[in-house]
Amino acid sequence: MKNPVYTFEKLKFASFEFTCCEGCQLQLANREASLAEFFGLLDVRTFREISSEKHDDYDVAFVEGSISRSDEIERLLAIRRQAKTLVAFGTCACFGGVNSLKNRYPIEECIAEVYDGQPVETLPVRKISDIVKVDLSIPGCPVAKKEVERIVVSLVTGSLVTLPKYPVCVECKEQLNTCLFDLGEICLGPITRAGCDAVCTTGKTPCLGCRGPADDINFPAFLELVEKRGLSRRDLKEKLGFYNAFEAYPCP
Amino acid sequence: MKRDCSIDIRHLTRVEGHGNIRITVSGGKLLEAGWAVVETPRFFEVMVKGMSAERVPFLTSRICGICSISHALASIRALERAMLIAPPPAAETTRLLAMHGETLQSHALHLFFLAAPDFAGTSGVLPLLESQPELVRAGLGLKELGNEISAVTTGRCTHPVSLVVGGLSKVPDKIRLQQLLDMIGERKSALGIACDFFGTLDIPRFERETEFISLHNGATYPFIGGDLLSTDGVRKEENDYLPMTNEYVAEFSTSKFTRCSRESSAAGALARFNNNSGFLHPEAKKAAEKLGLRPICHNPFMCNIAQLVECVHILYDAETLIQKLLDTDLSDIRTPFAPKAGIATGAVEAPRGILYHHMETDEEGKVVKADCIIPTTQNNANIHNDLQALARQALQEGKSDRNIEKLAEMLVRSYDPCISCSVH
Repeated sequence: MKNPVYTFEKLKFASFEFTCCEGCQLQLANREASLAEFFGLLDVRTFREISSEKHDDYDVAFVEGSISRSDEIERLLAIRRQAKTLVAFGTCACFGGVNSLKNRYPIEECIAEVYDGQPVETLPVRKISDIVKVDLSIPGCPVAKKEVERIVVSLVTGSLVTLPKYPVCVECKEQLNTCLFDLGEICLGPITRAGCDAVCTTGKTPCLGCRGPADDINFPAFLELVEKRGLSRRDLKEKLGFYNAFEAYPCP
Repeated sequence: MKRDCSIDIRHLTRVEGHGNIRITVSGGKLLEAGWAVVETPRFFEVMVKGMSAERVPFLTSRICGICSISHALASIRALERAMLIAPPPAAETTRLLAMHGETLQSHALHLFFLAAPDFAGTSGVLPLLESQPELVRAGLGLKELGNEISAVTTGRCTHPVSLVVGGLSKVPDKIRLQQLLDMIGERKSALGIACDFFGTLDIPRFERETEFISLHNGATYPFIGGDLLSTDGVRKEENDYLPMTNEYVAEFSTSKFTRCSRESSAAGALARFNNNSGFLHPEAKKAAEKLGLRPICHNPFMCNIAQLVECVHILYDAETLIQKLLDTDLSDIRTPFAPKAGIATGAVEAPRGILYHHMETDEEGKVVKADCIIPTTQNNANIHNDLQALARQALQEGKSDRNIEKLAEMLVRSYDPCISCSVH
């Protein structure tokens, strides 16, 4: 396709969803003012949520959701066989997301509670990279469309795709927000990867870490900060466990 | 004519989530017609157990990527009623405006992205953008407005940030509220374009007498809280949601089914309209009249039209709500609360119909038991029954297999099912 500056090839694009709310895919249809330009970069081969076209000759697959049933594993393996670039799209795909809260309970108890014990197949929740190799991760609950646009442009132009290495605190300070720790709240902003424009803390609610750990975080110092301020350990655990994104940083 | 026909649609497209349609005809006789939800269950009622009340709306909003504001507000309402917390009036006005934003976004997504391609004969909205750019731009303009209303009132258009138990965590910015007013003024022409397009469509002629259930407060078009009312005359208080739903497990579906007075019932824009059309904004009443929508309408395909009529109501009502917020001192937006044990239901009208969250808390304000009944769950049995009646009628009319398949798909889409939501 031609534009005044570049000649580029549209991405042969497909979008799939597993155990999730489909809110990340919905973001692809948001930012309506730039929507025509955004889809101008994509040759949509499969995107069940918005189109009845279905073709299996895609190169880039966006995969939303976590994995919690055996048919999902099979579908995911088939996507991996076809896709040159498999993108874990959103927090559920990258970390398991809120769905992982289910894993605190035995499967039989979950089924008994919700389906009156009728047989329903469900497995402990897993993230996409537990099953297949992931080429690129775009975290966020939901993903930030602005960041997705930037990444898609990088994929089209073949340039390096990067995520911010620094924490949400940096973006929060840019917005001149009052620090939530100073208001007596535990906030995961100091340890969570930026890229969301600090949207939650700007709305005066604490960061729950949906984008996962930033690069080179000092977790012991973060724990010390919570301790020094005399904030609740139970609250900290609830926040760290919310998206399962801090699995690698157990809280004592 | 003795005919055979086998329609087997796996993972219906242009709907949220995964559902299958099956119609089998042998020797001219309808053997089966049905709707099965095959979405993977997530077990939110389990996940929410042990969570602190203040965190719960941030979890339950993740039940749905399209109607996250409704889920957050249903949980908040249940928890506020359980713990006897009264949110300040400015917070209530802002919440209603947030619901308007979400409903407009959701209806515009459904009408233009999911439903319109069927009527225009395209596979999706992208080809439609090429063949009818003015129409799609109108739809995008309304969807963008809905998202912007949600963002100004809740901090973000999907998965709200500032809706909290007790009120709001942040005041909506008055400059942005003023900009919303200007935007609404501009986008009224988009409503006109939408009404012109949907007014000329050949809506399939199909009726099956149905019990419609929605909220009803006897004073305004309902969105947050109120009595539960059915067109068969059943009326219950909000906490008394169980006799309105009678949820049960159907073995072929991961989403449950419900019933009230009959074998099935319907929720959604058409149910709201059928029970509350007198409370619509005068401009919305005019639009309904022009589009041929009159209560009680038993044609499920008219749900599309009811959604459009609600879009008209929302644009005009949002103007009033924004003006009210602009004229108010917004310093009191959050009621502090002490956690306590309690039990209550919060019912809201999500875009696809009445949504119940029932919550029980302990003395520390942690949730010990939750029950969520989703609009699409309440529509599943009705979709199933409609499909059988529709297949029978289409066979009698001698419609081709391809036509029956298309009608069946359009019927399910008319309900605007939110399937992953229904299998929360």
